[in-house]
Amino acid sequence: MTRPKPTFLPALLLALAPLLPLAPMAAQAQTLRVGLAEDPDVLDPSLARSFVGRIVFSGLCDKLLDIDDKLNIVPQLATSYEWSADSKALTMKLRPGVTFHDGEKFDAAAVKFNIERHKNLPGSARRGELAPVASVDVVDPATVRLNLSAPFSPLLAQLADRAGMMVSPKAAQVAGDKFGIKPVCSGPFKFTERIAQDRIVLERYPQYWNKDAIHFDKVIYTPIPDATVRLANLRSGQLDFIERVAPSDMEKILAEKKLKTSRITEIGYQGITVNLAKGDKAKTSVLARDPRIREAFELSLDRQGLVQVVMDNEATAGNQWVAPGNAYYAKNVPMPKRDIARAKALLKEAGVPNPSFTLVTPTTSDAQRIALVVQAMTREAGFDVKIQSTEFATSLNMADKGDFEALVLSWSGRADPDGNLFSFHGCKQPLNYTGYCDAETDKLLDQSRSLREPAERKKVFEQIAARVMKERPIVYLYHRNWLWAYNPKLTGIRNIPDGLLRVSGLSMAP
Amino acid sequence: MFEYLVKRIATLVPTLIFVSMLIFGLQQLLPGDPAKILAGEDQDPAVIAYLRTKLHLDEPLPVRYAYWVGGVLRGDLGESIRSQQPVTELVWQKLPVTLELALLAFAIALVIGIPAGIVSAVGRGTPWDYAANVFALWGLSTPNFWLGILMILLFSVQLGWLPASGYVSPFEDLGANLAAMIMPAFVLGNAIAAVLMRHTRSAMLQVLSADYVRTARAKGLSERTVVLKHALRNALTPIITLGALELGTLLSGAVLTEQVFTIPGFGKLIVDSVFNRDYSVVQGVVLVTASAYILLNLLADMAYFLVNPRLRR
Repeated sequence: MTRPKPTFLPALLLALAPLLPLAPMAAQAQTLRVGLAEDPDVLDPSLARSFVGRIVFSGLCDKLLDIDDKLNIVPQLATSYEWSADSKALTMKLRPGVTFHDGEKFDAAAVKFNIERHKNLPGSARRGELAPVASVDVVDPATVRLNLSAPFSPLLAQLADRAGMMVSPKAAQVAGDKFGIKPVCSGPFKFTERIAQDRIVLERYPQYWNKDAIHFDKVIYTPIPDATVRLANLRSGQLDFIERVAPSDMEKILAEKKLKTSRITEIGYQGITVNLAKGDKAKTSVLARDPRIREAFELSLDRQGLVQVVMDNEATAGNQWVAPGNAYYAKNVPMPKRDIARAKALLKEAGVPNPSFTLVTPTTSDAQRIALVVQAMTREAGFDVKIQSTEFATSLNMADKGDFEALVLSWSGRADPDGNLFSFHGCKQPLNYTGYCDAETDKLLDQSRSLREPAERKKVFEQIAARVMKERPIVYLYHRNWLWAYNPKLTGIRNIPDGLLRVSGLSMAP
Repeated sequence: MFEYLVKRIATLVPTLIFVSMLIFGLQQLLPGDPAKILAGEDQDPAVIAYLRTKLHLDEPLPVRYAYWVGGVLRGDLGESIRSQQPVTELVWQKLPVTLELALLAFAIALVIGIPAGIVSAVGRGTPWDYAANVFALWGLSTPNFWLGILMILLFSVQLGWLPASGYVSPFEDLGANLAAMIMPAFVLGNAIAAVLMRHTRSAMLQVLSADYVRTARAKGLSERTVVLKHALRNALTPIITLGALELGTLLSGAVLTEQVFTIPGFGKLIVDSVFNRDYSVVQGVVLVTASAYILLNLLADMAYFLVNPRLRR
């Protein structure tokens, strides 16, 4: 009888085996690698102008307030807020024990410094957002009061975005307008290095006030403009998370089930901006001539069909500046169904059975496809749409000069409907490319800013919608989905409609 | 010799001035107001006005040119309008990356192209010849970006052998550097290899039918010696000239390859900056590239001068 040999070696191997694959993985799991669709611009919250920069900021710079997945305002560096009775002062209680990445204390004086910096730094892109803030009072180190020149309820949403981001006053004073090269904030991660077009590296800030929610040592943001290459990088394990997946790739990813995905209806929109009264083109444009022609144009569109063809169904059809699911969607102005017969009748009534106009479109593939589908759909009603493709920069210039009849234009959106509305439909506002200007609408717009009660604001928004939509300066088409894809081991992803990845609460399962 | 050099260098200065004016002028032809693009989605009029002043866009063209040249003469290429990073720093960050990529691609092209050309010339009409020709045709007609994406899908996504993107400095980790560079270098070198193969083949065919090769064979030398020592040496001269010319192609071809593999080199810097209308970066990068070309040209001329005694008279 032979005795079994001692099984020491296999036993040792068995004991060690689980450690082998774990060792490199454990080291890797400490870093979150995020693929961005663009390289962000300057990393200074006062000067920053790009959407993609806000994704990096969400790991780097905390804000006074934040929004949640239902677009509610929630606390971040301010723990609570209170409006004065006349709505002209906003008092905020500040979170205690918060420090900036250089160890400086965050307090009311720092808030005052930051609001003033946002308002006064040359070239600040926040100045307009904070225009109604006249002065800032330090009530006590933990309390700050913003005094407004006029009631301005969208302020809360502004403070939940870049205008509410707080940077270290000391670092900002030393760096001046070069602060964006090496930003110092109070977010969960601090800035380590940036190599243009290659990576932005953030490192965990050990003194973060909410450090229990942070489960990574490092975040590396890599800009990869091509959606196919971005996805390939996620599939090969180079990245853990990518934003803006191409809609055409979603079906395949879902079928494979190797990656997790998120889809969130954006707060922005895709639409066609119509020149009603801006520049000489408006004088000759058939669309500007008669509201019935614009109504016929809208009635000849099948929004659901557009969504299907242009976006592979990764969007929600809509006819307003907010999506149909939004609390502020004006139900009194419902989305019209396609009605070719009625469109034809309207055109006949207006005396132009075959209106012809040029639709300017940027060269992005979405915009191009919109133009083509719109051209085909409206032809059935008698429209003759000519398409003019121009590079985005040129289309912006044309929009600004009023050198267009209609233009495919999207807007990334703001948490408060005011941000999708005021600048576009207020007389002489910077984004009013249509030339729409109506005294009554302007009055209502101001009124909407002075009201704080959501129900009351909603009523005013409904009145605005009824007025603006009758004129159709912008024919809203749909609201895109933010499409994210990520490593299935990544948990804690929150679907917030602003499309920004929040790193708090994210973790990587071993 | 001295006189020649002085003359050559004297022409250098007007050339550089001309190039700088050309860069500056061409850029003004780009459609769209850079201040508006840089102002981003919000189009805040205050921001646009600020950027316009900062970029001197509200001043006449010659004044703007003077501002720029003044800075360049002081060694200041300006700063990126988009990210605030100094352009000089960006150039020094990116240049070595693209040079490494170009050199690796060139090495790959040499290693593949020349032997393939020899094999195909020596074995003319055999399957080897056909195979090499098919390879050359494929190499010439395959777009860089497409081949790049296919390689990523195969080697990174399917097999998981190589990283799909990114760059690691060779001084940091040589292995990781080579792993990251091998695919892009192959993609970039592939087309050059095809060109080199075709030229090597025809040069070799010509030389192989020359009298001295017949003599060498008649002397009883081994075929290997005949091909490698007698024929190849003589065929090599035009190939080297051609190869040097192709180096220029490599640098421009790197633009697309760097985009696909997300390699932070010169090409990617230029493309991204043009799209963002980050004028100071575009100007700086193009000026550096142009100066490098001009200097290299001068060096090449001097080398010819030294090598070829007939020029020295």
